[in-house]
Amino acid sequence: MIKIEGLRKSFGAQPVLRGLDLEIPTGSITVIIGRSGGGKSVFLKHLIGLLRPDGGRVLLDGQEITRLSGKALDAIRRRYGVVFQGGALFDSMRCGDNVAFPLREKVKLPKAEITKRVESALAQVGLEGVSQKYPAEVSGGMRKRVAIARALVTEPEIVFFDEPTTGLDPVLVNTIHHLILDLHRRHRFTAVMVSHEIPEIFEIADRVAMLHEGRIVEVGPPAQLQASQNRVVQKFIRGEPEGT
Amino acid sequence: MSEPALSAVLRPLDLLGEWAISLAASLGRFGTFLSAALAAMVTPPLKFWAFVDRINFIGFRSLLIILLTGGFTGMVLGLQIFFTLSRFGSEAFLGPAVALSLIRELGPVLAALMVTGRAGSALTAELGIMRITEQIDALEVMALSPMRYLVAPSIFAGIITFPLMTAMFDVIGIFGGYLVGVELLGLSPGTYFGEMQTFVDFGDISLGFWKSISFGVIVTWVCTYKGFHVGHGAEGVARATTQAVVLSSVLILVWDYFIGSVW
Repeated sequence: MIKIEGLRKSFGAQPVLRGLDLEIPTGSITVIIGRSGGGKSVFLKHLIGLLRPDGGRVLLDGQEITRLSGKALDAIRRRYGVVFQGGALFDSMRCGDNVAFPLREKVKLPKAEITKRVESALAQVGLEGVSQKYPAEVSGGMRKRVAIARALVTEPEIVFFDEPTTGLDPVLVNTIHHLILDLHRRHRFTAVMVSHEIPEIFEIADRVAMLHEGRIVEVGPPAQLQASQNRVVQKFIRGEPEGT
Repeated sequence: MSEPALSAVLRPLDLLGEWAISLAASLGRFGTFLSAALAAMVTPPLKFWAFVDRINFIGFRSLLIILLTGGFTGMVLGLQIFFTLSRFGSEAFLGPAVALSLIRELGPVLAALMVTGRAGSALTAELGIMRITEQIDALEVMALSPMRYLVAPSIFAGIITFPLMTAMFDVIGIFGGYLVGVELLGLSPGTYFGEMQTFVDFGDISLGFWKSISFGVIVTWVCTYKGFHVGHGAEGVARATTQAVVLSSVLILVWDYFIGSVW
């Protein structure tokens, strides 16, 4: 379980997280929703150790990870897979090499085994035959899928998705969501996803947490959020414009 | 209770203090960055192929510009020094004058400035784009050190390629001076090269060598640091690239004076 207690972060005089509390159960798909610029990605960066909080802590299976650095933090990160907003594929490498990279550098497997795993990972995301192409030569949706394959190839326990469907058309959004759901059923990883794809996200989430003004204002199963009496949650889900 | 406003007299001191603290923090980050890169350079696992790639990126791809500028610098030196020496009837010293100018001063400095413009700017832009597209973050969350994969190979490649490129700049420059002094202006080849052997000693070559190594560290250090700490978006990358080239060039000239005056 990932437990977040009183997480606070400011950039200069601008507070972004104002005492955020949340529990993410093992094996679930937890989706963080909230308005653009509301601190969802900042929150995710705290979970993966790219940012340090001003206050509060993140506990992974009871171990505080917010103060870790060096090898101790690396040991935690080896349990992670991360899909970044833009994919963050290495543009100097072919798609196949991108997927193979964590295996070559972290796991040290024989070449044949790496090739087999890369082909299997690309096949799982429906991308046979792109391993020789560079990221710039494939479409946005394909890049996202290569990024998902790279995040999953080391069989991580926890996978973080930072807005994995941003910039995609509705068909691709659904394709990526169902791909994540399918992969989750097969591998049983804990998924933490930042998204504002409403209402599509309710189909795949086990739990949804609404982040507003630096705090989680409501968390629960999708049905709970949809039936919520909280005005902020309702406005966000219905997409009501500001000031109404 | 609100903090009382600083008086007009104290305000400049307050600003000076803020500036000094900010400068000290920047210098600290700059120094820490180099220490981390040097630590990654001397501890395993060493990224051999990343280093080979950087040799190609910084060194091999800069060869044409080095050969071109080296040749023309030598030709200009040959022309100008010949006319100056001819006023005193000392044309025989053209060879050593061209060689000493190139080996001690112009070779290391101009080669470093050329590589800064060609490869240093590209290095900053490349790392800056990797930063804003989260490729550096991706390395970190894979528990892989960006210092080991991106910065250390560049600095190591700078240490290796700068002296080699300086040597090529010097050699081509000396032949440029030969072309003008001997082939165009009629000095004998024996005089040009013979006097050079008399006047150029190992200390001159050693000075140029150490200068070029230090320039290699300065350029790759500044350019990787600026790329690593880029601001937001395309504008941030553009600003970092400009800053990297300007700061590298200024530091090359300042360090050149410093090392030249204490050697």
